[in-house]
Amino acid sequence: MLSKKQARAFFLVGTLVTFLAFIGLTVYSLSAAQDQSHSENITDSVVRGKKLWDKNNCMGCHTIMGEGGYYAPELTKVIERRGEGYVKGVLMSPTPWQRADHGNRKMVAYNMTEDQANDMVEFFKWISNIDLNGFETIVSPLAKDKINN
Amino acid sequence: MKYKSQKVAYWFFALSMLLLTLQLVYGFIMGFAHAGMDGLHDWIPFNTAKAVHTNLLVVWLLSGFMGAAYYIIPEEAQNELVSVKLAYVQLISLALVGVAAIIGYHFNWWEGRKFLEIPRPLDYLVVVNVLLFMGIILVTLFKGKRRTTTALVLTMGLLFAALLYLPGMLDFDSQVLDSFFRWWVVHLWVEGVWELIMGGILSFLLIKLTGVDREVIEKWLYVIVGLTFLSGILGTGHHYYYIGVNKIWLIVGGIFSALEPLAFLAMALFAVNMYRKGEKKHPNKIALYWTIGSAIVSFVGAGLLGFAHTLPQTNIYTHGTIVTAMHGHLAFWGAYAMIVFAIISYSLPNMTGRKYYDSARGRLAFWLANIGMLGMTVAFGVAGVAQVYLERKMKMDFMKVQMEIEVHFIVLIIMATMFSTGITLYIIEFIKHGQPTDEALEVNNQ
Repeated sequence: MLSKKQARAFFLVGTLVTFLAFIGLTVYSLSAAQDQSHSENITDSVVRGKKLWDKNNCMGCHTIMGEGGYYAPELTKVIERRGEGYVKGVLMSPTPWQRADHGNRKMVAYNMTEDQANDMVEFFKWISNIDLNGFETIVSPLAKDKINN
Repeated sequence: MKYKSQKVAYWFFALSMLLLTLQLVYGFIMGFAHAGMDGLHDWIPFNTAKAVHTNLLVVWLLSGFMGAAYYIIPEEAQNELVSVKLAYVQLISLALVGVAAIIGYHFNWWEGRKFLEIPRPLDYLVVVNVLLFMGIILVTLFKGKRRTTTALVLTMGLLFAALLYLPGMLDFDSQVLDSFFRWWVVHLWVEGVWELIMGGILSFLLIKLTGVDREVIEKWLYVIVGLTFLSGILGTGHHYYYIGVNKIWLIVGGIFSALEPLAFLAMALFAVNMYRKGEKKHPNKIALYWTIGSAIVSFVGAGLLGFAHTLPQTNIYTHGTIVTAMHGHLAFWGAYAMIVFAIISYSLPNMTGRKYYDSARGRLAFWLANIGMLGMTVAFGVAGVAQVYLERKMKMDFMKVQMEIEVHFIVLIIMATMFSTGITLYIIEFIKHGQPTDEALEVNNQ
């Protein structure tokens, strides 16, 4: 029968081994050779766009790369799906954005400047080129597929 | 209660109850918005309601864990807390930081990173607060007459939780790296070190409620927390499948997160077996309900429902859908909310000296809350599965799918009303016990 000492050893050794493996895998997967995000394309404009994304807690409603609020549309491929003009129109709208065919949901009016909207577009463009291990072909609605409305 | 300083736990539990009440209010705002009734949008838009709802959950659970530690550590270490005054300072500062953050969320003052929305200046205050808390606990333990495994596991969980807060404060220009290290905090908290806290509280309660030998209980505690880390650390990989990092996480995350239910299964078997084995029949039946209930519901919510969408082949469809909310609600409820309710139910009569051990209202609170939460889980599940098929298989537009699944949120609101009724009854019981008193020491020693 397992003794308390053996149980403690199982806990300590198991934790140490898996923790070291986790650190090793983190270093490996974040190394430059394994980069799937095209980090070389992160321009100043993309960074400004990301800061706007964070500052306004867009993730509180939308999702990006499948992470977020599940309340408003997934934005990983939004530029391909809607085009730059539509996206900028939504971001620069001085009144809450709402569509008659989308029920009662509306978006906070961010009333962004042209420069801010351009930075957001650059951020979305960078996101849309990330290799998401196949998720980019599932995430809805598919940019390249016909949307079944 | 054996030590006067344990009374400070009561006020942490009271703060928990207050914040939980507020969390429910914001949950309803979100539920109604999902059902197509977003009348408060101009004052409380969805992203504000969501940030408040999830952050209140984290703060009230942390307050509950801290209260549990202030109650358990003196008894385990056989020593009064080193400073009750500092513990009150820590309580008040925790409440102030929490309230400041929540008010800030209504004025666009946040970081906009899911679960870690708290603005950076307040992050530093959280660090100071937690350092103070850990200082009180560690010095009390160090000066104590004994160091039990239960106390060590609980303290280790709290200490690791404090350390793991730090990666969440790193700044990245890349959304991929931001997301990667955000999960170091969120995943390694809820599927790692918080399970140590849960295990420590569970072990303390089982020792007190069943009378089974401490050595037996603590031996199995090591096995459980061993299984937790063995599966949970590398199980972080299930958050890395589709966020723009290497495919190796599909294999590693898939295998190890599939093992994660084992720790919860062990926890459930452990609690039920100890209860059966126990010869002592403690009169505090309500505490026993919540203790055993927590071990079982956490296995269903965190273990089984987590497994239901953790494999990469499934997760590629469910990632970023309401299916996640289904798992999240029952997991947090079973594993963490119920264990906080268990320690409150156990300690309250001991701190106040009033032995309301087994009231009809207490039992009703337990069943209404649990059935309500199960109903909410089913409503989320049906909505989530419908969303997956319509949106990801049929390629329907996101917003059109949301309109299709609105009806499930009506069911959700009905079940949430039942859940909230249970919580209200629990809080009435809490208030009925009155406030803690030193006279309780004499009552307990009789």
